[in-house]
Amino acid sequence: MSTLAGTSALARLAARRDRIMLPAWIYVLTALVAGTAYSFRKLYPTVAGREQFAAVAARNPALLSLYGPLSGSSIGSLTAWRYGAFAALGAGLMSIFIVVRHTRADEETGRLELVGSAAVGRHAALAAGLLIALSANVALAAVVSAGLIALGLPAAGSISLALAIAGCGLVFTSVAAVTAQVAQTARGARGAAIGVLGAAYLLRAVGDSAGAHGPGWLTWLSPAGWAELIRPFGQVRWWILALPLATAAVAAAAAGVLAARRDYGAGLLAQRPGPARAAGWLRGPLGLAWRLQRGALTGWVIGALAYGAVVGEAAKGIGGLLGSSEIRKILTRMGGEAGVTNAYLAAIMSFSGLIAAGYAVSAVLRLRSEETGARADPLLAAGAGRSSWALGQLVIAAGGTALILAAAGLGAGAGYALRSGSGGSEVVRLVGAGLAQLPAALVLAGVAAVLVGVAPRASVAGGWIALGVVVMMVFLGATLQLSHWILDMSPFTHEPKLPGGTVSAAPLTWLTVIAVALAAAGIAGLRRRDIG
Amino acid sequence: MTDAIAVSGLRKSYGRAVALDGLNLSVATGEVHGFLGPNGSGKTTTIRILLGLLRAGGGSARLLGGDPWTQAAALHRRLAYVPGDVTLWPGLSGGEVIDLLGRLRGSMDASRRAALIELFDLDPTKKARAYSTGNRQKVALISALASDVELLLLDEPTAGLDPLMEAAFRACIEEERKRGRTVLLSSHILSEVEALCDRVTIIRRGRTVESGTLAGLRHLTRTSITAELAGPPAGLDRLPGVHDLDIQGRRVRCQVDDGQIDALLRQLTAVGVRSLTSQPPTLEELFLSHYAGDGAATLPAGEHGGVTA
Repeated sequence: MSTLAGTSALARLAARRDRIMLPAWIYVLTALVAGTAYSFRKLYPTVAGREQFAAVAARNPALLSLYGPLSGSSIGSLTAWRYGAFAALGAGLMSIFIVVRHTRADEETGRLELVGSAAVGRHAALAAGLLIALSANVALAAVVSAGLIALGLPAAGSISLALAIAGCGLVFTSVAAVTAQVAQTARGARGAAIGVLGAAYLLRAVGDSAGAHGPGWLTWLSPAGWAELIRPFGQVRWWILALPLATAAVAAAAAGVLAARRDYGAGLLAQRPGPARAAGWLRGPLGLAWRLQRGALTGWVIGALAYGAVVGEAAKGIGGLLGSSEIRKILTRMGGEAGVTNAYLAAIMSFSGLIAAGYAVSAVLRLRSEETGARADPLLAAGAGRSSWALGQLVIAAGGTALILAAAGLGAGAGYALRSGSGGSEVVRLVGAGLAQLPAALVLAGVAAVLVGVAPRASVAGGWIALGVVVMMVFLGATLQLSHWILDMSPFTHEPKLPGGTVSAAPLTWLTVIAVALAAAGIAGLRRRDIG
Repeated sequence: MTDAIAVSGLRKSYGRAVALDGLNLSVATGEVHGFLGPNGSGKTTTIRILLGLLRAGGGSARLLGGDPWTQAAALHRRLAYVPGDVTLWPGLSGGEVIDLLGRLRGSMDASRRAALIELFDLDPTKKARAYSTGNRQKVALISALASDVELLLLDEPTAGLDPLMEAAFRACIEEERKRGRTVLLSSHILSEVEALCDRVTIIRRGRTVESGTLAGLRHLTRTSITAELAGPPAGLDRLPGVHDLDIQGRRVRCQVDDGQIDALLRQLTAVGVRSLTSQPPTLEELFLSHYAGDGAATLPAGEHGGVTA
């Protein structure tokens, strides 16, 4: 029997299971890119205005580190610059979720064991996962190029940008296929692939902001960097598309070889034995929540530290451009108030707040996955009250969020202090700025908690959609000129712009009160309903 | 003494699907009670209501004299539960899970824990994701049996165990009975229920169809008789209460209602009996007789009778 037997049947099954998730991903990524193009067209209708903007952006290491270099001043170039790399990383994220979901995650639940006992080859599940991710990226490329062309952008540029984004998606399709063979669990496989994705972003950020004498070649090592090196809407370098394609092919082949060498349900990394007795602190829901989350949380904290350090280090470069009104304009739109450096750092912290909110939502939704995985039953049947069970997870979620924000602030402060020679006061200031984002992130955690308590079936989708809407409002809200009462719905609208802005206690207090009230409502709902 | 479990007229539906339709169950303190029913008949739903995980849709349920929904956490310190499909936290070792659940109940006998790990031959350092179904079940069983509780709720606890472990489990339950603990044992392994339980409750489609001691239930059914006679029998088919009569020369096999054994034996001894075996109905026969009409259960009857409707 061929090792690929049954692939098409599995791929059809995967397509059926992803029929809502995949179009949603493609829609969001396309909206990000096309929405940016649309807003640039509205904001900078004249060539002169765009050239002035581009001249400023091209010399600024901080902007270069955030968004990458500009390859021209057309609307297309600006769009590719602003969100090309982000969309490429988004495509990578989509691909990672698809591949792991249809390979290791299905193995872990045992679904693949049932399927695999039918006439299905050893490589069929992997091939089906790769096939679905490949189709998703092809569809994404088609929809993005169609959208940009429809907005009146040049066809060659639109297609090359779309292919660059999909190419990054393909690279991470194969990266996830490899981590799915190596890691011990689906969670581990996803975490490792996302770690590679984060490293790719940081490599690109360091390379792009390095300047003429720095390690600019680092960008060439990053799949996220290739998307901009293609120079869509400039002198398009089509040949660079060969880099993601070759990388994806090699990694996919490696995954195939690795898949043949490992046992079903086991990673290549050996399983280590655990303790025979539980540690003294593992005696209740809170201890269990910490035991369950500590691994993932460590990864998040390290990631936040590294991210903060890289972007903080680039902050010094922004000081030289204080005179430019254009840069001030765009940075002010990104969320800052006084002082362009502060505005830049405030934008970084606001971004960190969104990342931390992502952790907060995922940590709260752990309650639901514990419940649907039937792991809540033995706990609740052993005498843990529902409130203390929920509180345990919520306390770890809140504490973890605070830790991630502090780490991002610490990294940014240390990076900035190193570069600018200012002392530890920068570090304290930025840790404070990071922690100031906590109340808004907790409101999103509270939304997820209320959904788990009151509308459990909708909680996973609802929690992530709430986060997605807030992210879109932060990124695109001001440029799409949404009315104020819509923007006011986002908790991040009410956050002070730190460092540099003024802090008033009222909004932070209100956000905290709302977060606590939401969590309390969630627990109250959880106490009233059936478990399972 | 009040009953450890007192359930009457219990109802629960999920949307339009009715899971429990007026179920009754009473378990006296100190007894081992068998809880039987075909798949999907509502056993697990009943246990989950008793655990306060589900809210009853109607009727009443009392557990250890308390309300399972409002007093859940307090009651749970006095009971231990072993689910049929044990799922554990994949990253935790078996030893960690045993300790965690024991500490939550507030009582764990360390020497008993060690003895049970020995008895069930479990490696407590393995991570839960590396355990087989049977080993996960052992983790839950060890944690439950090592806890100092009044009531054990066991939902098909031995489905994944090998015969050796199954024997160890039976020995443990015998021991629990001697200590005066109450056990509710839901199981499909009828020999296990027959060996362990003082009383059984049989449910079907969310309703109780029979409840009582095994001996009591047996009176409701028939005894199998196989006899070797001195000569060919006559007139057996005219006797009331005799079923599935099968005469091969001088060999007679039949089923007889308990009230009619006397009349049958008199008829047989009149011819002369060389050998006689009489078997009380097995639990399996009891079970099948109660489920006949449930579709699947008509099959064995069809094999004997040759025709099924």
